[in-house]
Amino acid sequence: MTKLAKPKAGYTRRALLRTGGAALAASALPAPMLWAQDTKDIVLRQFGTGVSNLNDVANKVKEDLGFTLEMTALDSDSVTQRAATQPDSFDIADIEYWICKKVWPTGNLQAMDTSRIANYDKIVGIFRDGKLTPESEIAQGTAPHTVGFVDGPGGTTFADSETGWMTLIPTIYNADTLGIRPDLIGRPIRNWSELLNPEFQGKASILDISSIGIMDMAMVCESMGEITYGDKGNMTREEIDQTMAIFTEAKRNGQFRAFWKTFDESVNLMASGEVVIQSMWSPAITAVKSRGIPCVYQPLEEGYRSWGGGIGLSNSLSGMELDAAYDYINWYLSGWVGGYLMRQGYYSAVPETSKAFMSENEWGYWFEGKEATDVITSPGGDALAQAGDVRDGGSFYDRMGAVACWNAVMDENQYMVRKWNEFIAA
Amino acid sequence: MAPQGVRPGGVLSPGAPPAQTDGKKQKGRAHMSTNRHVLGWLQAAPLAAILLAFLIAPIVMIVIVSFWGATEFSIYPAFQFDNYEFLFGSPVTYRVFLATFKYALITWALTLVIGFTVAYFLAFHVRSLTMQVALFLICTIPFWTSNIIRMISWIPFLGRNGIANQTLISWGVIDEPLEWLLYSDFSVLLAFVHLYTLFMVVPIFNTMMRIDKSLLEAARDAGASGFQTLVHIIIPLTKPGIMIGTIFVVTLVMGDFITVRFMSGSQRANVGRLISNDIGLLQYPSAAATAVVLLCTVLIVIAILLRFVNIRKEL
Repeated sequence: MTKLAKPKAGYTRRALLRTGGAALAASALPAPMLWAQDTKDIVLRQFGTGVSNLNDVANKVKEDLGFTLEMTALDSDSVTQRAATQPDSFDIADIEYWICKKVWPTGNLQAMDTSRIANYDKIVGIFRDGKLTPESEIAQGTAPHTVGFVDGPGGTTFADSETGWMTLIPTIYNADTLGIRPDLIGRPIRNWSELLNPEFQGKASILDISSIGIMDMAMVCESMGEITYGDKGNMTREEIDQTMAIFTEAKRNGQFRAFWKTFDESVNLMASGEVVIQSMWSPAITAVKSRGIPCVYQPLEEGYRSWGGGIGLSNSLSGMELDAAYDYINWYLSGWVGGYLMRQGYYSAVPETSKAFMSENEWGYWFEGKEATDVITSPGGDALAQAGDVRDGGSFYDRMGAVACWNAVMDENQYMVRKWNEFIAA
Repeated sequence: MAPQGVRPGGVLSPGAPPAQTDGKKQKGRAHMSTNRHVLGWLQAAPLAAILLAFLIAPIVMIVIVSFWGATEFSIYPAFQFDNYEFLFGSPVTYRVFLATFKYALITWALTLVIGFTVAYFLAFHVRSLTMQVALFLICTIPFWTSNIIRMISWIPFLGRNGIANQTLISWGVIDEPLEWLLYSDFSVLLAFVHLYTLFMVVPIFNTMMRIDKSLLEAARDAGASGFQTLVHIIIPLTKPGIMIGTIFVVTLVMGDFITVRFMSGSQRANVGRLISNDIGLLQYPSAAATAVVLLCTVLIVIAILLRFVNIRKEL
């Protein structure tokens, strides 16, 4: 609907006059002028979760590439629904890999030709053959490479290896763990099971987003030794029941202070001291720290719960808009966005290009896990770390190398969702 | 929301034509009466159309969808009882409905006592009309800002390290912060009472203002004590106001989800939360089924309430 209303590459009377005037004025260069005019009128509609839907990115795209990028931020469930049911409402879908697993079979996205991606060869191994380093073991759950490739432009089933046709171009990913308030806990925390430790009764929290919360729960139950999962990313009904039973009991015993659903809530819970241990996302830790409150993104022995996002192209993209979309992807991987995201604690799919957009100190702190040599600031300018501080969890390879499972969508998802609703209401 | 809409719909009967009077002219009488008949229908038509489009149709839609099925990201037409089966088969449902009634009952009792007292003070103790109006307006000041903001501002106040706890500790009343102040039934009820007391004050104040003052004087002359006047004169005459306030508060509390979510930190649930969770997880048919059951419950409650007082007669 909006598509019709928008002058995309439109030759309006005004545009023609303008171009005509320009052509008259500089008749030696009519073609490039025309091209510039067209690019300027292109509008690409991107939607996705709030993580990477940043206005700064849209502004920079306008500045560097000339066309307009319209951003819409939604929660994961709405993103999934929209990608699956309203293919004409977007040009670019910024989604997570587990969402891709759900959405790809609908045929609403088109595979991307990797030969048109300039930095394809530099993309981290996790997104190509699944291995960060040749020795790495592949974690449970929806690992990105398992849903990263299809056999050809029209392929609807995922391929086992690199085929030259990618479903999503990886953009942003991270390894999540529990956030803690070291000042209020006062002892080392080493395991996921601490979340349900009665010591923290009334001071723990978990996130109320079923698809992610269930994975955190699984990490906890496994760490407690209560359940051994065949695959945490694809539980059976019995495993779901057992997991929910353990957490429902904990909830009734008053283990949790609150559940959080939005990023801000998690920050407030932690900063106010209502909660001392909880599931958390990296930038939330950053936000708490920037208020001058100690907060640690605690590395745990069982490893991290990881997630990855990427950009997918709508099946209806073609011609000049498709070209613009490829330009956008190449620009995305060329470093500026990567640097921007890495300064928030995320990782870029092509870290080496981001390096050029970060200071040596920033690169050392965020990526290499070195001591900061100077103050580390967020893109917004808040001080996040002082000289001498080290990133929680260490270097990129330490953190991404210790991933225990990936965010996933299960075969029993429907059942899990109902059980989750019961848990929240219990 | 729906139950509130039902009330005016039930009270006004849109189809009724104006009462016919005997026309003096015999000629064309039949014609006249048809005309009046049509006119009556036409007059009622706009309201009927609005109610049909914005009240009846959505409810019918919800009822239909409640029998549909859902996949992970879509819903498909069907006629199955799965949603109801799951709803009535889960012990959580009963617990949640019970909690909803509990919230409604306690909130009702508290808002009634507070609301009645405030209205009584305004109506009978404050003598000048200007003063009454001024004080009444003061009551509405909190309503100048949004519901959510009024609710959320309790959170830093009641928190573990919040103003309430810090004050109590500094006074030496308590040694440890009170945990139950926030994210508990207490905070939920506090917010409800805070948010909805005015809905009790307004109708009660309104009916009290219409009580003929000479009745009170007569009671006094007849030797009734203040308490007897209250019980035998004021309360019976204020019943319609109490009932309207009750309907407001009960339907608001039973339909609420956001207060429970924020003030309990998602640790407590009522039926509204159940519905909003389902919607968040794209389980629309299941949400619709729960909504239908809630709607029926609320309608039954209101029907029972209306048995006590004939609001139509009193208004």
